[in-house]
Amino acid sequence: MRKSALTGALLASVSLAVPAMANESVTKLTADPNQWAMQSGDYFNQRYSKLDQINKDNVKNLKVAWTFSTGVLRGHEGGPLVIGNIMYVHTPFPNIVFALDLDQEAKIIWKYEPKQDPSVIPVMCCDTVNRGLAYADGIIILNQADTNVVALDAKSGKELWKVTNGDPKKGETHTATTLIVKDKVLVGISGAEFGVRCHMTAYDLKSGKKVWRGYSMGPDSDILIDPDKTMNLGKPVGKDSSLKTWTGDQWKIGGGSTWGWYSYDSEANLFYYGTGNPSTWNPAQRAGPDGKQIDQKYSMTIFARNPDTGMTAWVYQMTPFDEWDYDGINEMILADIDVKGKKTPALVHFDRNGLGYTLNRKTGELLVAEKYDPVVNWTTGVDMDPKSPKYGRPAVVPAMSTFKEGKGQDVNAKGICPAALGTKDQQPASFSPRTGLFYVPTNHVCMDYEPFKVSYTAGQPYVGATLSMYPAPNSHGGMGNFIAWDAGTGKIVWSKPEPFSVWSGALATAGGVVFYGTLEGYFKAVDEKDGKELFKFKTPSGIIGNAMTYTHKGKQYIAVLSGVGGWAGIGLAAGLTNPNDGLGAVGGYAGLRNYTNLGGTLTVFSLP
Amino acid sequence: MKKIATALVAALTLSTLSTLDVMAQAAPAGPTSGVKTDKGDESKWLDANGDPTFKKYDDGSFDWYTFNGFRRYHAECHVCHGPEGNGSTYAPALTDSMKTMSYGDYMAVVASGREVDRPGGQKSVMPALGDNKNVMCYVDDIFVYLRARASGALAGGRPKREVQRSKESQDFETSCMGG
Repeated sequence: MRKSALTGALLASVSLAVPAMANESVTKLTADPNQWAMQSGDYFNQRYSKLDQINKDNVKNLKVAWTFSTGVLRGHEGGPLVIGNIMYVHTPFPNIVFALDLDQEAKIIWKYEPKQDPSVIPVMCCDTVNRGLAYADGIIILNQADTNVVALDAKSGKELWKVTNGDPKKGETHTATTLIVKDKVLVGISGAEFGVRCHMTAYDLKSGKKVWRGYSMGPDSDILIDPDKTMNLGKPVGKDSSLKTWTGDQWKIGGGSTWGWYSYDSEANLFYYGTGNPSTWNPAQRAGPDGKQIDQKYSMTIFARNPDTGMTAWVYQMTPFDEWDYDGINEMILADIDVKGKKTPALVHFDRNGLGYTLNRKTGELLVAEKYDPVVNWTTGVDMDPKSPKYGRPAVVPAMSTFKEGKGQDVNAKGICPAALGTKDQQPASFSPRTGLFYVPTNHVCMDYEPFKVSYTAGQPYVGATLSMYPAPNSHGGMGNFIAWDAGTGKIVWSKPEPFSVWSGALATAGGVVFYGTLEGYFKAVDEKDGKELFKFKTPSGIIGNAMTYTHKGKQYIAVLSGVGGWAGIGLAAGLTNPNDGLGAVGGYAGLRNYTNLGGTLTVFSLP
Repeated sequence: MKKIATALVAALTLSTLSTLDVMAQAAPAGPTSGVKTDKGDESKWLDANGDPTFKKYDDGSFDWYTFNGFRRYHAECHVCHGPEGNGSTYAPALTDSMKTMSYGDYMAVVASGREVDRPGGQKSVMPALGDNKNVMCYVDDIFVYLRARASGALAGGRPKREVQRSKESQDFETSCMGG
């Protein structure tokens, strides 16, 4: 009853003409390259800066200007924000926030440390990371591990409001940043490995009041789908499009987490994000009533929603009936580019499944789906023929299936590329309007995957498979590449091998330089044209944070958080099928402990 | 609230146990009793104390439970304790802790969890897994796998296994996991 009333209200507000506008303060700040007001630099998620003082000729002279220790040892993802003369730095659990005065050599203006129940720690499956703060209208939004969303006064650090978005006792946690659009804070949630039915929720920026919530799966009214208006590859999705694709009540523990980096197009008034894997990792236990594959919508899906109402404009499911944990949460980058010779309002997405997708972001039309690592072998490609009944679906290579027509349980499927952490995980790529290219930090890792029977208990892991991961065989021996990608044609332009997965977010600048960090701790600058290394510096720990840039008193600075951890850091131990491999091979994460150690530090660079 | 109370009880139990633990740890890891029938079926192997242990055959292969412990460990435990029990940036190496940890201690920690204060005011939290069937139905399997790793009998990787899974273990899984 409550739900249908809600849907009615939402439908009503859809029909009202809402002026399309991002949050004015954020739009204004992100238009000014001297500041860095969003984790991704702008609403399009481009991670591009117009600053050009540091360029390909002088970047070799970069020096450390100053550093700041966060005092926390866990994996440091995300990066700082700079608003005016204040830098805001966040930490992993316990999620401390520092406001640093850039006018006074980074003196601490205020520090906010929330009290959180430590029982949240072990339910965060892959480290207690946090991907950073959001800012709008003088408010800093902190998204705590224990699912509390906190609004802080940016000047004083005073708590303005606090709202609880989930329950860690059920395995619900937060790792992502939030996106502020107009007067709404958009908040996702993690927990697919705990059988959580995940969702996207909007809170009022001023009061913290919940405005709407859209689930990843379930009844149309829960997902906020209009069966006649929500589109999938050019057609309305129809009634119960999600419910029909699950056996029984399994959608209630369906997963589909929402912890990526969200983007927003003010012209279309749509925001974009991806959903994660269906729970469990054992596909046999998710088979349809007939024992065959079933889609499990809308896990592994690109969502385009209206931020005011939450209504879903379009969906596209990339990996129906996931068999490999290829979470679809990676960022959606918006860019106006030439696609096959035609100027297109594009959405570009580098999925865990190893395919780089280009879609029309207004309509959800699929334009390009190509492998962005040549070793990807679980699929022969996506059916691009709109007339085909399999339009938009990837063709699965039978040998790489872990389902095996329902006989895959207790069978070890070998040599699947990419591994579950994907050809790319959360580490965000960047787009340079100068070159029209995307700069993508990637993994070059394959796996063996053995699913087995698993039982669901609320708040307990609900995994159901064992995996071995190793460097892509018959390649350069490393576990990563940093690549330049042409999203208009779906081709790799250049690829720079790295010994370890590149787990750090890239930054492209008008200086013709692209920056990123490595797991050994190197902060690197490469030429946008060919990937030639122009500068590197070894920071105190492995880098899984994202590069950012700003100016202070007219001078350009580049900053990055180091502090190894995350999934790759958990692999600091070993993870190779043959124990002897770990000793000699540069490739294994095992080698990482010979290069770096824990510890969170912000390193800020400038020209002398 | 309930969870905290359970953890506290567990911590108290542990502090008493830890002194006993040192004395109880004399038994060699290898089995003194166990069954391997002509068909290659087998039941759990036990050490001199009657605690579960691994069986390594002359050809380097292992019993079903050790093999299965490898699989279950890498679904439930490795995200914190690292692949193959090697530890991670997140939780201690079990290849070390299992050298001295008794079966009783192991069961208490797995079932009730515990919190340990680390330098720098940071906390390590082992969750209580007592109501998690994916762990508790295989708690012996995981124990013998880690025992094989800690003793060095299993260098790493996926344990080689020649014998078939016994009906006993299959029936147990069906009844314990439900369905």
